[in-house]
Amino acid sequence: MLNRLKLSLAILVFVAGPGYAELVIDVQGIAQPTPVAIVPFGWQGDAADMPLDVAEVIVNDLRRSGRFAPIPESKMLQKPTNGADLDFQDWSFVGVEAVVVGSVVQEGVNAYTLQFQLFDVFGRRQLVGYRMPASRGTMRGAAHRAADMIYEKLTGIKGVFGTKVAYVTAQQQGQGRLYSLIVSDQDGENEHTIMESTDPIMSPAWSPDSRQLAYVSFEGNRSSIFVQTLRTGNRFKVSSKPGINGAPAFSPDGRKLVVTLGGVDGNLDIHVLDITSRQTRRLTTHRAIDTEGTWSPDGRYVYFTSDRSGGPQVYRVSANGGTPERVTFEGSYNARPRLSPDGSRLAMVHNDRGNYRIAVMDLERKNLLVLSEGRQDESPSFAPNSDILIYATRQGRNGVLETVSADGLIRQKMSEGRGDVREPVWSPFPRY
Amino acid sequence: MFKVNWVIAGLTALVLAGCAGQEIPDPEPTDTTYGDESGASTDGMGGGDPYGGEEIGDPFGGELQMIIYFDFDSSEVRVQDQETVSRHAMELGNNPRTRVRLEGHADERGSREYNIGLGERRSQAVRQMLLVQGVSASQISTVSFGEERPASMGSSESDYAQNRRVEIKYTN
Repeated sequence: MLNRLKLSLAILVFVAGPGYAELVIDVQGIAQPTPVAIVPFGWQGDAADMPLDVAEVIVNDLRRSGRFAPIPESKMLQKPTNGADLDFQDWSFVGVEAVVVGSVVQEGVNAYTLQFQLFDVFGRRQLVGYRMPASRGTMRGAAHRAADMIYEKLTGIKGVFGTKVAYVTAQQQGQGRLYSLIVSDQDGENEHTIMESTDPIMSPAWSPDSRQLAYVSFEGNRSSIFVQTLRTGNRFKVSSKPGINGAPAFSPDGRKLVVTLGGVDGNLDIHVLDITSRQTRRLTTHRAIDTEGTWSPDGRYVYFTSDRSGGPQVYRVSANGGTPERVTFEGSYNARPRLSPDGSRLAMVHNDRGNYRIAVMDLERKNLLVLSEGRQDESPSFAPNSDILIYATRQGRNGVLETVSADGLIRQKMSEGRGDVREPVWSPFPRY
Repeated sequence: MFKVNWVIAGLTALVLAGCAGQEIPDPEPTDTTYGDESGASTDGMGGGDPYGGEEIGDPFGGELQMIIYFDFDSSEVRVQDQETVSRHAMELGNNPRTRVRLEGHADERGSREYNIGLGERRSQAVRQMLLVQGVSASQISTVSFGEERPASMGSSESDYAQNRRVEIKYTN
């Protein structure tokens, strides 16, 4: 991988905060990143330092996107904290295309104002400026939000720095294994274990409002589907029928799950489960394995994996039922479909000459693009801006997470210190 | 791994203890000219077998196997394992209050939920064989762990072969 790609940066993400280093992030890309400057933020408050180095959070976000190369502080000829003090000529001389300045002002015991401004060096004008309230607990989120606004202004693509990911880890523990379902910021910060079990946990899925996760748990040596509210930790069992209960995915309106049920005879089919009434409606009836259902963003179709033609391929069926139609034809193995939130592309696990890799198909043009280069890559999930995917790959015996831009040009490895990491799922956009 | 073996050995002992004083009948009586309790033996002669031929297994099977292995991309019980399944069928038939859980597993290749399907296909193949041999459906439950509980942690063909399996677990 290193040979093929021109740029490789290793960045340790974290430093502050009560936890420990969670994810080490390694960015690789072939794009020429745009030079920008994020000037250290000013600070007015009763402590010597601001609660969080906001500029550093923004620097890391922009750098990890692969599209920007923030210059080091030592190269800055001036360090203004207010836009009015900016000298465009200095920045033009340094060779950056955009400059961010800002400050944090303490307003009360745990009340702060974060403000930032983004300037276009060549156009000599402000592109965006914003002031927002924050507490110590929300400061990091506010910094990501600032990075999102900066990123969107400069690229035209909505930023995903304020989003979260959920994933499953497995760690050896004595004779057995400990499985954990974890939610963190998309950069690996703020890790929270929301569920732990000595039996496997699988297939986490976000609700469209980001407030709940559905997942499969094998506690008691049987599979059950749970929906858990993140804020409270309360969970309820929504499906525990005889045989397989698996592969949940929320409908766009959040009221239903598409699930896989196997029954006593083990014929896996796609069903729609109403979360409130717990009533199920069967969508497929084939003898083959039908599983890994997912909704189209408009809610009209359910895409799923079926091996009715022999090997696994992606099919879709109307959410109201009917005859499924085959969607993928290229290659002998296409499974675990996920649609981009803009509905234009389909990601899947694709057998590429004996290797299981992440591929994306343009639904209109039907061409397939292989995005990953591992042997055993799995569980692709789109970021809510449809521009990046996260998936699991192997490093030695452990699973690690990677992200890749949907055009395949920018890839990042996020390696977790502990255990085997798998099944990442990207949250929807937060609601500010 | 040790624990698993120990548990399996323990279960086997339990199963065998459960039929004390009641011999397990030979499901497929073998020609007694060859077969006896000790099985054919090639002990001590050295220099190989000048007559060719092959060893005949103990018709009573020795220890009852609790794991059935499967070929790549297959949910067919191999011929050499059908005997094992039959012995379990007999055990369950003789002890109608005994219950088993058939735990299907797959190797790690491919996507996880699809592998749950492959593991379930294997546990259903064993279940069908038990049902055909008269075991009551109420005695059997199935679960598939897909690739989530590998018996062998590596990524070689031999690891994969050990992971494509159905574990037969007596639950009472």
